[in-house]
Amino acid sequence: MSRRVLIHARINEEDVEFLCEPRQSLLEVLRETLGLTGTKEGCSNGNCGACNVILDGVLVNSCLVLAVEIENKSVTTIEGIASPAGLHPLQQAFLAHTALQCGVCTPGFIVAAKALLDHNPHPTEPEVRRWLSGNLCRCTGYDKIVRAVLAVAGVPRPDISESHAPARDQGAA
Amino acid sequence: MQDFEYMMARSLDETVSLLAQEPDGVQLLSGGTDLLVQLREGRRIARLVVDIKSIPELNELTCDPVAGLRLGAAVPCRRICQHPVVTAMYPGLIDAFALIGGVQIQGRASVGGNLCNASPAADAIPALIVHHATCCVLGVAGQREIPVEQFCVAPGQTALRRGELLVSLHIPPPGSGFGAHYLRFIPRNEMDIAVTGAAASVMLDPAGGAILSARVALGAVAPTPLFVAKAGDYLKDKAATKEAIAESARIARAAARPITDMRGTAAQRRHLAGVLTRRALEKAIERARV
Amino acid sequence: MSDKEYKVIGTRPLRQDGTDKVTGRALFGADIHLTGMLYGAVLRSPHAHARVLAVDTSAAEALPGVKAVVTAADLPTGVGGFTGTGEGLVNVRYEAENILAHTRVLYHGHAVAAVAATSPHIAEEALRSIRVSYEVLPPVLDVRRAMEPDAPVLLDELRTDEMGRQGDRPSNIASHIQHSRGDIEQGFKEATVIVEQEFTTATVHQGYIEPQTATALYSANNQVTMWCSTQGTFGVRDQVSEVLQIPVSRIRVIPMEIGGGFGGKNRVYLEPLAVLLSRKSGYRPVKMTMRRTEVLAATGPASGSYIRVKMGADRDGRITAVQALLAYEAGAFPGSSVGSGAGAMFAPYRIGNLLIDGYDVVVNKPQAAAYRAPGGTNAAFASETVIDELCEKLGMDPLAFRQLNGVQEGDRRPDGPVYGRIGYLETVAAARAHPHYSAPLPSPNHGRGVASSFWYNYGGKSSASASVNSDGTISLVIGSVDLSGTRTTIAMQLAETLGISVADVRSLVADTDSVGWTEGTYGSRTTFATGWAAYKLGESLKREFTQRAAQLWEVEPEKVRFADGVFSTDGEHLTLKELAARLDETGGAIMATATVEAEGYGPGFAVHIVDVEVDPETGKVQILRYTALQDVGRAVHPDYVEGQIQGGVAQGVGWALSEGYVYDEAGHLLNTTFLDYRIPTCLDLPMIETVLLEVPDPAHPYGVRGVGEAPIIAPPAAIANAIYRSVGVRMTTLPMSPPRILEAIWAQKPG
Repeated sequence: MSRRVLIHARINEEDVEFLCEPRQSLLEVLRETLGLTGTKEGCSNGNCGACNVILDGVLVNSCLVLAVEIENKSVTTIEGIASPAGLHPLQQAFLAHTALQCGVCTPGFIVAAKALLDHNPHPTEPEVRRWLSGNLCRCTGYDKIVRAVLAVAGVPRPDISESHAPARDQGAA
Repeated sequence: MQDFEYMMARSLDETVSLLAQEPDGVQLLSGGTDLLVQLREGRRIARLVVDIKSIPELNELTCDPVAGLRLGAAVPCRRICQHPVVTAMYPGLIDAFALIGGVQIQGRASVGGNLCNASPAADAIPALIVHHATCCVLGVAGQREIPVEQFCVAPGQTALRRGELLVSLHIPPPGSGFGAHYLRFIPRNEMDIAVTGAAASVMLDPAGGAILSARVALGAVAPTPLFVAKAGDYLKDKAATKEAIAESARIARAAARPITDMRGTAAQRRHLAGVLTRRALEKAIERARV
Repeated sequence: MSDKEYKVIGTRPLRQDGTDKVTGRALFGADIHLTGMLYGAVLRSPHAHARVLAVDTSAAEALPGVKAVVTAADLPTGVGGFTGTGEGLVNVRYEAENILAHTRVLYHGHAVAAVAATSPHIAEEALRSIRVSYEVLPPVLDVRRAMEPDAPVLLDELRTDEMGRQGDRPSNIASHIQHSRGDIEQGFKEATVIVEQEFTTATVHQGYIEPQTATALYSANNQVTMWCSTQGTFGVRDQVSEVLQIPVSRIRVIPMEIGGGFGGKNRVYLEPLAVLLSRKSGYRPVKMTMRRTEVLAATGPASGSYIRVKMGADRDGRITAVQALLAYEAGAFPGSSVGSGAGAMFAPYRIGNLLIDGYDVVVNKPQAAAYRAPGGTNAAFASETVIDELCEKLGMDPLAFRQLNGVQEGDRRPDGPVYGRIGYLETVAAARAHPHYSAPLPSPNHGRGVASSFWYNYGGKSSASASVNSDGTISLVIGSVDLSGTRTTIAMQLAETLGISVADVRSLVADTDSVGWTEGTYGSRTTFATGWAAYKLGESLKREFTQRAAQLWEVEPEKVRFADGVFSTDGEHLTLKELAARLDETGGAIMATATVEAEGYGPGFAVHIVDVEVDPETGKVQILRYTALQDVGRAVHPDYVEGQIQGGVAQGVGWALSEGYVYDEAGHLLNTTFLDYRIPTCLDLPMIETVLLEVPDPAHPYGVRGVGEAPIIAPPAAIANAIYRSVGVRMTTLPMSPPRILEAIWAQKPG
């Protein structure tokens, strides 16, 4: 077995040290070593977004990052979204808009939505849908999730007649 | 996950000698969005994973109308797609780069990695081909350049020799009258591997609007991304008419040699090669006229 | 709309478990950590059909870090009989064989051995060191092929149950059921128009985002504790008890939060393995979580199927006769949902002459399990598109057809029962009147389709208990696992009964030692049945409170009135809270228990309208607009009901357009990841409009009707009908993927 490596990183604004094998993903270390089980495993090959975290300001699938790669980097997980003052507006909006049913995809969506709003504070519905297309939900049909994100973004709830067509893949004419 | 050691490489030379010593056991790690999946599934074997993200030359991203674009092999797509000069000068490349996975993949995956993974369906490669990109490769024997259309030799295999790595891509400046576009067909609207991809570029005569030169490249219809020289050559000195575009698309379609697999049928892919080439040319011409 | 004024029912309180779920604090099955915990992993067959000649686990056992290895030899022999898991009876012998193959493997991914080790990576390495020798046999992968007399037989001991009579030869046909009524020959003679069509549908998976997971601790005193993500804790307990021959009294199942089930998390796959490994490892807890490839290959998808429908109508559009044949793939062991599919498919319509034959057929694929309205979606794809074609030939509006032929109270279902108060015709009328139905379609490539659906719903057995806290809040303990918000809708019904705020009711989803036997969360039963138990609790608590108030006021209990949360008698009144603060004076704690076997559950009906755009050059279908109308009985929490409908529609869209298992000729499942098993992303769907009609179920104290399953049934047919109106092709295979639509378009064109 390969030698364990000592990693220093900043997770949710706290300095953290941990030992890990090189083959362990960031997802595995968050969940099994650091007790941060809010980040979920849905598919392990980057197709569902349940494992989303923000790494040095960039939204990533933590199942596709090795834990050893976060040396001296900063990570934000779902556990770091709320503040001591209370829930983040996205978290409040998800609750108010019933944007979750089973809740297992919710941490991934909230982290992804936060990354979206950090990057583009006032996205349109097509922009929200495109950004979140890497996060799979099987319970909600996405309707209330998109409404929750748009509510925080400050775009008025879309009238049904405006909201029909999803954004197209730019390749399809 | 298989067991491996990990190290962070600091220089190109260090990486080259590691690769030369142990070509079968060393895997280079850039974004990891292909490599980690392959290691997990046992499709690649690694005794040592060498992280190349800290090597300065691999992170180079410079772009100007005179020198063109120099793109380090480890630059993540997200960085490229947010670069104002690149997005302004090369919309036809951004078409492709922005499709390599969803946002989370874009944050890590690199165009260099997409190229070295050498999937027949890679989105970046047809677009690079029609932009006349060249690959700058470094090995024990020194540097060399490979035109991007020659870089992939078989599914998952590149022209890199033992001990070589891709350092950067160079794309010449487009010049006025140039336009390009990449598009692909997928069953959903995101998150799929291309069923068929098509890239086209044209250089229009600023005076009359005739096509001075053109390039067409297809993805996912052959063991490697396919540079269909004949489809582009056909358009040389022709007016950009519907008929000419249609004929070029027919040539591209005829060159396609697709298979049937769980992502698409051969008949569908052959048909799409024609449809997408036509659409790519139409958009490339529209961009060239702006 | 509601005909009663409720104070809590119909409101939209925030869910009690919401904060934990949006902060990542809620503990799902795989989030558990126990001291000394080991990680389990499963070795699975690489072949679709083979004899198992030998299994050599010695290298795995010797690997440092491996603490236990089990094979079928570790299972007790001679198990038999049936147990209920929910959504059907489970044949225990076959279930045990599914959990660990013995002498035969019957699908690619069939479990052969399991290990427990100190890290998941070592467990994986241990699997690679196990040597299994197989004699590969030809697989049977198509349901019609499996039914042929000369097809390879999967289960030598299987005899066809031919409408109650046992066959005498080995067969892949496990059972043949039939519904018949009237005289179909005569009925077809009376028809002016007849449409006949055959259909095939691919295997699809529930696609819950959380993979199966179970953690078990077998203690040195022979007590078993399990922490599971499951739809039914008692179902797990019963199945583990039967398969491992451990008395239920020694098994405790603790529900973790569950990340989606949709019917696929009623059966056990990992639980018995975790228990065996725990015992063999020296009484250490063992956690097992499936990887996504295992979930897709080796749990319980929904049957692929072959369906034939023939329907006749007279010149006025009245249905005169219906004949159908349904053959569903049960997978490796019998037990598909062909019965419920056969009964549901024509249930929205009054039909005097019908003959429906259903076949449950084994094939070399994973054993099918329930998937949200099990059997219904396959069948409706066939029946609702035949109806569409019939309407076209009649020159009749499809909703007018449904209005003419639609069932109402007093009509009889194809499988026998008479309808009570239902809301199908109201739903059809609402669809006809909805602006979506008459909105213009801007482009010739756009098409609009409709379809309707029926689902039985279900009642079943639930238990609950409640105790009163001194501050007047109620602690409610239920056995119903909460998949999507039922702990709140059940609390709402208790709060309504007591005239208090739902914020004053705290729900706890309890383990199998802490609450009475409760059926799983499936069948659209939970808000109905466990809500009914909550109502009974409320009534019970009110009686007890009344006694206490009478004691305090020294009057006869009959003199105490209760209204709007206040107890009163002449000159005295106390709110429930005030009375709760004084329980000590009147004898101490108040508790109530309730059990129900909820009967009189009424079915739900839905009508869906969808607009699509088809690109005729690529076969790509975009969903432009979707409206789902449904009779929901009483929307206890309207947001949740909307969400159930939207989620079911999304699954139906995936079933229609992009999902389906792909096998090679040797029977290997090729698309075992979410890359190639394609479920809709949020970029594939528009907003989904829902219209909730309320025709209360008279049997239920609050008029509740199940809502969760009806929404998944109509989408494939509605979309197929829309595709027809867009590009003029009638699709008869699911999924209606782009290459298939292209081929259908090309087949139409001359030359």
